[in-house]
Amino acid sequence: MRILRAYTWLVIAWLTLPVLVMIVFGFNDTPGRYNQTWDGFTLKWYGKVFALDELTKALVVSLVVAVLTMLIAGALGTGIGYALGRYRFRGSGTINLIMFATMSSPELVMGASLLTLFVSLGVGLGAATITIAHVMFSISFVAVVVRARVLTLDRSIEEAAADLGANGWTTFWRVTFPLILPAVGSGMLLAFALSIDDFVVTNFTAGTTTTFPLWIWGATRVGLPPQVNVMGTLIFLVGVLIAVGTTIRARSHRAG
Amino acid sequence: MSDTAAIELVGVHKDFLSHGDTVQAVKPTDLAVGQGEFFSLLGPSGCGKTTTMRMIAGFEEPSGGTVFLDGNDVTGVAPHKRDVNMVFQSYALFPHLTAYQNVAFGLERKKVAKDEIRRRVGEMLEIVSLTGMEKRSPREMSGGQQQRVALARALVNGPRALLLDEPLGALDLKLRQQMQIELKRIQREVGITFVYVTHDQGEALTMSDRIAVMEGGRIDQLGTPREIYEKPATRFVAGFIGTSNLLDGSVDSISGGVALLVFAPEEKVLVPVPPSVTDGTKLEISVRPEKIDLSRDAPAAADCSVLTGTVREVVYHGTSTNYTVRTSAGADLVVFDQNAYSAEDLAGPGDRVYLTWSPQHSYPIGVRP
Ligand SMILES: Nc1ncnc2c1ncn2[C@@H]1O[C@H](COP(=O)(O)OP(=O)(O)OP(=O)(O)O)[C@@H](O)[C@H]1O
Ligand SMILES: [Mg+2]
Repeated sequence: MRILRAYTWLVIAWLTLPVLVMIVFGFNDTPGRYNQTWDGFTLKWYGKVFALDELTKALVVSLVVAVLTMLIAGALGTGIGYALGRYRFRGSGTINLIMFATMSSPELVMGASLLTLFVSLGVGLGAATITIAHVMFSISFVAVVVRARVLTLDRSIEEAAADLGANGWTTFWRVTFPLILPAVGSGMLLAFALSIDDFVVTNFTAGTTTTFPLWIWGATRVGLPPQVNVMGTLIFLVGVLIAVGTTIRARSHRAG
Repeated sequence: MSDTAAIELVGVHKDFLSHGDTVQAVKPTDLAVGQGEFFSLLGPSGCGKTTTMRMIAGFEEPSGGTVFLDGNDVTGVAPHKRDVNMVFQSYALFPHLTAYQNVAFGLERKKVAKDEIRRRVGEMLEIVSLTGMEKRSPREMSGGQQQRVALARALVNGPRALLLDEPLGALDLKLRQQMQIELKRIQREVGITFVYVTHDQGEALTMSDRIAVMEGGRIDQLGTPREIYEKPATRFVAGFIGTSNLLDGSVDSISGGVALLVFAPEEKVLVPVPPSVTDGTKLEISVRPEKIDLSRDAPAAADCSVLTGTVREVVYHGTSTNYTVRTSAGADLVVFDQNAYSAEDLAGPGDRVYLTWSPQHSYPIGVRP
């Protein structure tokens, strides 16, 4: 029992220590470029969070790409996931296989081949190609989450809607979609999270565009400014808020 | 109009492919359900009741044959375009909607005005005694309440025919009986056709105008409750509906449409038979337990069936006492004796007894007319 408890705390420490370090150094009153030794507490970096234009621009690109990825992969992945969960059709097995292949294939391979593809098609690299690449690798995650939910749905609920005069379209939006919405939401959050901190595929497909992770990678050679810690903390906080929000919603839903 | 069947199946059958094998869930079936009729599909689990129902509602395409609703061929028409409503075996309530919203769903699809919807849903919830539960979601209701929401949700649309797939399965006995009466009342009041699936023979007998008894994807017999009970067409029907006694024997002689089967001196069975039966025909005769008289004294009347036997078991059932008698004709016969008059048992285990019944209370199974 005590071993179990100690083990639990060890895992929690392991998971949270890096995040804690990131948060703490966002409050570090460092004088120079190097944010690696503790020089006392300050809030000034929170005031100057957008002081570095390049970093701010990179963050905006990352956010725009992540939101677009979330929406596009969300819509397409939901469609695929629903079809795979509901119907058996020619090629459904193949689609399943391809989905798991894209999820498990190394990012390096994916990034390199995407670069080759874009270059040979003569597509200019930038935010658009980054988004296309991100949608490509996150769509499978959305589809898998949605498919799992659809598989647990009682088929006769949709039949009941049809029986009561709802056509396919109405049945989907009035009955099916509300029931799979939690899964669609998790899938979309997953897509957002995968996109916002992706480095490998982005590095291949970005051209001269800089995203938040790419900027940080470039900056590490000269020293990370505390703003990076502040932005990291803020992104982390948003994630925590969403997680807490969905948990509370799920609880109140169950309690009714 | 009135002589057009509400529902008609012509040569309808359904084959499922499962693991490379073809399963004949419903064998070619002809069936006509009249306007305003309370029609039951009765049969054991897996005999094809739900599949038959789903072909009428349109959820299952028949592998062959034609489905008519009110005389119109609806084979291949989508479920949402058929003017029938179904109460599902699993209720299939919308879990994200309240009881009220569930019941209102069909009316909203028909674009009925808001206050008209409110009125009709309110009325319907009252009929199924769920007033005050409008805002509950299905998961906050008991099985019986959910079942009544499902019923209200279908009925409120005033369909031409209502298909009910074991709608009372989850209710306790008392509520079940209440709902049976309630269903019959609703059906009479709104005058719509009910197709009622059940595997409870008592329920089918008390509620139906006509019953189709199904077995292994086929309709064994179709008739009024009385016909099915008194004149079962097959061994299966005889065994499935109530308790039935079956006697095997061959005809010794026939006079005046009544066959005589002699089992021993003074032991004989008389049974009315159709003209296709002749001397020597092998018969399987069904006698219901409540039609048999049990006595320790030899009977006086000559024109009734008589068998002798030994009592093996006596079971007291409150309103009746059941005797199992091993007869010299070979079969074990069950006899129900109403306790209205008998203050004590007519016989005890081991006693020699006479069993008598009049010819018109027995029936030869499965003979051509
Ligand atoms: N989609 C399907 N695929 C393969 N076989 C099926 C399918 N649906 C039903 N069957 C088979 O068809 C037969 C009839 O099934 P059905 O559901 O009509 O029975 P039922 O009479 O309603 O039984 P119950 O009283 O248990 O509900 C069963 O043997 C069943 O296994
Ligand atoms: Mg069934």
